[in-house]
Amino acid sequence: MPEKTRDELVQIDFKPPEREWMDPAIDFEARRGTWSYPAAAKNLRYLGFPNPREWSPTDEDWQLPENWQQIIHDGLAERLNKYRSLKLFLDVCVRCGACADKCHFYLGSGDPKNMPVLRAELLRSVYRNDFTTAGRILGRIGGARKLTPAVLKEWFYYFYQCTECRRCSVFCPYGIDTAEITMLARELLNLVGLNINWVIEPVANCDRTGNHLGIQPHTFKDNIEFLVDELEDATGVRVDPSINRKGAELLFVVPSADYFAEPGIYTFMGYLLLLHALGVDYTLSAYASEGGNFGLFTSHDTIKRLNYKIYHEAKRLGVKWILGGECGHMWRVIHQYMDTMNGPADFLEPPVSPITGTAFTNAAATKMVHVCEFTADLIKHGKLRLDPARNDHLRVTFHDSCNPARAMGILEEPRYILRSVVNNFFEMPENTIREQTFCCGGGAGLGNDENMEMRLRGGLPRANAVRFVHEKHGVNRLACICAIDRAVLTTLMEYWVPEVDVSGVHELVGNALAIDGEKPRNTDLRGRPLAGGKGDADA
Amino acid sequence: MRVAWSFLLVVLLAAVAFFGADAGGQALFGVVLPYVAMVVFLVGIAARVLSWARSTVPFRIPTTCGQQRSLPWIKPASLDNPSTGRGAAARVLLEVFAFRSLFRNTRSELRPGGRFTFSPDKWLWAGALAFHYAFLVVFLRHYRFFAEPVPAVVRWIEGLDGFFQVGLPVVYLTDIVLVAALGFLLWRRLEDARLRYLSLHADYFPLALLLGIAVSGVLLRYFVRADVVRVKELAIGLVSLHPAVPQGISPLVFAHIFLVTVLIAYFPFSKLVHMAGVFLSPTRNLANDTRMRRHVNPWNPAIVGHTYAEWEHEFHDKLKASGIPLDEE
Ligand code: HEM
Ligand code: SF4
Ligand code: SF4
Repeated sequence: MPEKTRDELVQIDFKPPEREWMDPAIDFEARRGTWSYPAAAKNLRYLGFPNPREWSPTDEDWQLPENWQQIIHDGLAERLNKYRSLKLFLDVCVRCGACADKCHFYLGSGDPKNMPVLRAELLRSVYRNDFTTAGRILGRIGGARKLTPAVLKEWFYYFYQCTECRRCSVFCPYGIDTAEITMLARELLNLVGLNINWVIEPVANCDRTGNHLGIQPHTFKDNIEFLVDELEDATGVRVDPSINRKGAELLFVVPSADYFAEPGIYTFMGYLLLLHALGVDYTLSAYASEGGNFGLFTSHDTIKRLNYKIYHEAKRLGVKWILGGECGHMWRVIHQYMDTMNGPADFLEPPVSPITGTAFTNAAATKMVHVCEFTADLIKHGKLRLDPARNDHLRVTFHDSCNPARAMGILEEPRYILRSVVNNFFEMPENTIREQTFCCGGGAGLGNDENMEMRLRGGLPRANAVRFVHEKHGVNRLACICAIDRAVLTTLMEYWVPEVDVSGVHELVGNALAIDGEKPRNTDLRGRPLAGGKGDADA
Repeated sequence: MRVAWSFLLVVLLAAVAFFGADAGGQALFGVVLPYVAMVVFLVGIAARVLSWARSTVPFRIPTTCGQQRSLPWIKPASLDNPSTGRGAAARVLLEVFAFRSLFRNTRSELRPGGRFTFSPDKWLWAGALAFHYAFLVVFLRHYRFFAEPVPAVVRWIEGLDGFFQVGLPVVYLTDIVLVAALGFLLWRRLEDARLRYLSLHADYFPLALLLGIAVSGVLLRYFVRADVVRVKELAIGLVSLHPAVPQGISPLVFAHIFLVTVLIAYFPFSKLVHMAGVFLSPTRNLANDTRMRRHVNPWNPAIVGHTYAEWEHEFHDKLKASGIPLDEE
């Protein structure tokens, strides 16, 4: 927790500084709590990434390669040709400011360079200088800046202060997506060895062991068995998930946090209970044991490298199609990148629900279905026996995670599920949900402890909306479909709205799901007592 | 004060043309420079659009602003999250003609106790729409100078525009709207501290230039009264590629024409290229259908991840000990 109190943190000064934005100056020492530690050399070495070394942003000399300016210039030139998005977004912004107060980091910090438009200008000013005639001739008058060490330091600070949430893109009249700019700017930073450990270590782990947390296969199995025991304690039902089993109908891929730590493990229990209740023929994989993909916060090449495992494993195991758990950035990768990068998945079959026979035509090519699509279809067809009263001790609201909302549009499925499994569901205010949802403040690798102040600031708009429904409707549970959310929203709530817990949607499904052979359920999956009698909705 | 420099520059440009024409530069300001600007515009815009078109679209990255198409009983947001090419085209047209995304705009305010409120804010949308449509109508009305006889559509637009029949000559509604909307856009840039902070010369200059054009035009129509017959002669000469410079045209006309010339030549090198860019934006013009249909990246790099065999090799003993099935014994 930061030293600052809630009251101190909300004294946000939106008055821009005297100093013009073109003149960079970041005092990393004074800004501790708002930046992340650099990647450890061993992780960069393992991955074969450039310029491994031990350094700190507070150092004067960042030990860059000698020709770092050239490397970045060439890298930018290459990406301008490869990504129309980048070139167009750098050219067409009219600085209308519609995006300015849409970024949670700007709202929570008041730092004008957290306005998406200025975040992009940090790169755009260098682009003007290096790649446009007007910029070359007019220089500063034309909004152009040379790439100096101070500018580069500023890039490091602000491009690792964007959670790639795409909220700005919703409001921009040209759809300028600062998340895309951040992604490509991070690629450039990676070329000269400017990266953060909270991104690079998971990437290195994932590449080697199969998951971000570095869990090795035997521990993977132990963890799953532990959760199976816990689930039996809570429900009296013993589920039997298989690992690396060839010939299963489905491969089920979840974010690793779901089988590793609270509160994700309860969501995992919910999945297992559901699949067991239906007798689905599925297997988990200790090799493709990560749905998430921190490559998304590194470079497109790294996305591909990590995502490779899912199809590779599906093919090896000979499954028909793939089911994916609740995770935000995981689904951005699966929905918008996987097939393009690692497809075509012609060794799989178009997904069809083994229970209802529904063909998931929206996943006909990628052949990977979101567990919320799967479950919503089950509920619609009346295949689940649900007792929502078992969630009556909870008053639930739903946080749309950024990526599923703005890079996919899975808005109704989780809501439909929630309305079926809980009796007390309340929406947060309109401008803070669905495509306008506010980020948790800790995505894109920023959910580390050293960056805590900025996380809490960035999470303030989200926390605000939760507090609103907490005060108005007594909400005490924040449901979401993202593993990063489950981790960082928990911290966020502890700080801003301690009365509210965080969970996945399938934890609540697991609570409500009635299964043959279960013992009388008087606790939820967390072992907490249920509300008095059934149907005792408004306690 | 960036804004002051921009206005000063526009006034200077106008003055150069005014006095330059007066001193015998009519052919330069009335014929040569307009032709040069037109060429610069056409080549510049074509080059810009080509350079965008040459950049590939490796990934399909629409920003989804509504429900996806998934299960048959869930209603998709076919315009805000289109799953077909047609839907995406409609989405772009909605951006172009109605500024759809700007319409979502909200205004955030921090209240005591650290509470944010977000209220709809349609001012920018309304001001932007007013400016662009007024500009479009004024632009179209100018065809009366370039065609003989004046096309019926143009007369029709003029009729509508002058509907209120105020004053003589009839006051066009769009003239008022154009100047007012530009004034509003400028005002908000100056009034809002953070907009002022982020605005560049390149943001004030187009507004100043457009205001200069609009104001000089208004002067010509309502106050100085240009000799329309001669101006038309000049204009028709230009478009028929038989340029002629009739005598006796007010120097103010040349100032007006020169500012337009500058706008045309400046266009391809400025943020005004948003006019073309809005059609090409990958977060708006692509269907959200990547799981339905494979999108191909023309330069998809041949990257292979850590393979299963390598992984099994590394963890062989642990796998075996924990009873996880192996490919190789
Ligand atoms: C397809 C045609 C066009 C579309 C869809 C379009 C759309 C937009 C939008 C959405 C904005 C942002 C709102 C604003 O700041 O006002 C804008 C700004 C602007 N547009 Fe356009 N535009 C088009 C053509 C043009 C043309 C032809 C011009 C000039 C002759 C122009 C001049 C401007 C200027 C100067 C601004 C910035 C206004 C400011 O500084 O506040 N646009 N445009
Ligand atoms: S909303 Fe779009 S055009 Fe307007 S300032 Fe932001 S990025 Fe630029
Ligand atoms: S993507 Fe999100 S975090 Fe990044 S600039 Fe846009 S609103 Fe801010």
